[in-house]
Amino acid sequence: MSEHIVSSKIYYAIWIALLVLTVVTAGVATIDLGPFNTVVALVIATFKALLVVLFFMHVKYTSEKLTKMVIVSSLFWLLLLLALSMADYTTRLIS
Amino acid sequence: MSDSPVAVEQHGPELRHHFVDMEQQRDAASLGMWLFLATEIMFFGGLFCAYLVYRYWYFNEFAAGSRSLDLKWGTINTAVLICSSLTVALGVRAAQMGKRKLLVILMLLTLVFGFAFLGIKGIEWYAKYQEHHIPGSSFDASDIIKDYPQIHIDPSHEQIYFSLYFAMTGLHALHMIIGVGIFSFITFCAWKGRYTPRYHTPVEIAGLYWHFVDIVWIYLFPLLYLIDRKPLK
Repeated sequence: MSEHIVSSKIYYAIWIALLVLTVVTAGVATIDLGPFNTVVALVIATFKALLVVLFFMHVKYTSEKLTKMVIVSSLFWLLLLLALSMADYTTRLIS
Repeated sequence: MSDSPVAVEQHGPELRHHFVDMEQQRDAASLGMWLFLATEIMFFGGLFCAYLVYRYWYFNEFAAGSRSLDLKWGTINTAVLICSSLTVALGVRAAQMGKRKLLVILMLLTLVFGFAFLGIKGIEWYAKYQEHHIPGSSFDASDIIKDYPQIHIDPSHEQIYFSLYFAMTGLHALHMIIGVGIFSFITFCAWKGRYTPRYHTPVEIAGLYWHFVDIVWIYLFPLLYLIDRKPLK
């Protein structure tokens, strides 16, 4: 199978979406949402990262399952690192 | 090679003899880059983990330190990196279609955006130097403490925020500098006409690296700049 050439229109659309989300995340941060400020900021960041990975990095178009496996497992390792560390630090009493 | 059981593609200088065809060679190179990026996630992951632990412990100091960063420059720099990712993506497309001139122009634009990002980062770091916000013996958080009169802020904990700020943006900037170096080489090779629709793997995997560095910044921006931007009561 030959390479998939993505239409430049899709790239421009993703670019606009990323710029709009950047302005939105900076704007929302100035509104008091309590603890949800962090949640909204991280959800927007994750959505932006997803757009970059799927379209700019061509993961949506790749037929190579190994690539997807590498991505999913590296995110899993990162989650292990962060989740298990925080499970320790948030439950340990430090005198 | 004549008695090979599989049909073997014509081996030009761009196809290494241990690959069956160009597609296999391209997939192998791409997978190698993704594996490298997986190790990069762990590399940055250590810093993100340290950030998470200290933010949990010293939230007030992190919020106050975050507020002292320049939101305008941070947002502009995010936009600059997004633009550079667009020029890289369009550059890979130009290489796939064999448009040499367009590829060179897009690679040069990427370099301009890369230098712009580093320049803006330099302006921000210099401002922090002038404000004595660089951790060390001359560190002074009195201006930050003044901005947060109702909350207790420990200057030594404030230093931890700035240590992480400089470590994380510094490691990211190092990746940008390496990226600019890689793309200078890509630009040179593109100008020489080494990339064709049949062979342009270096453009593609350098692009993967560049997009990864963009993604790291997409997370650094809210985590460092946007911890607490609410209007002060």
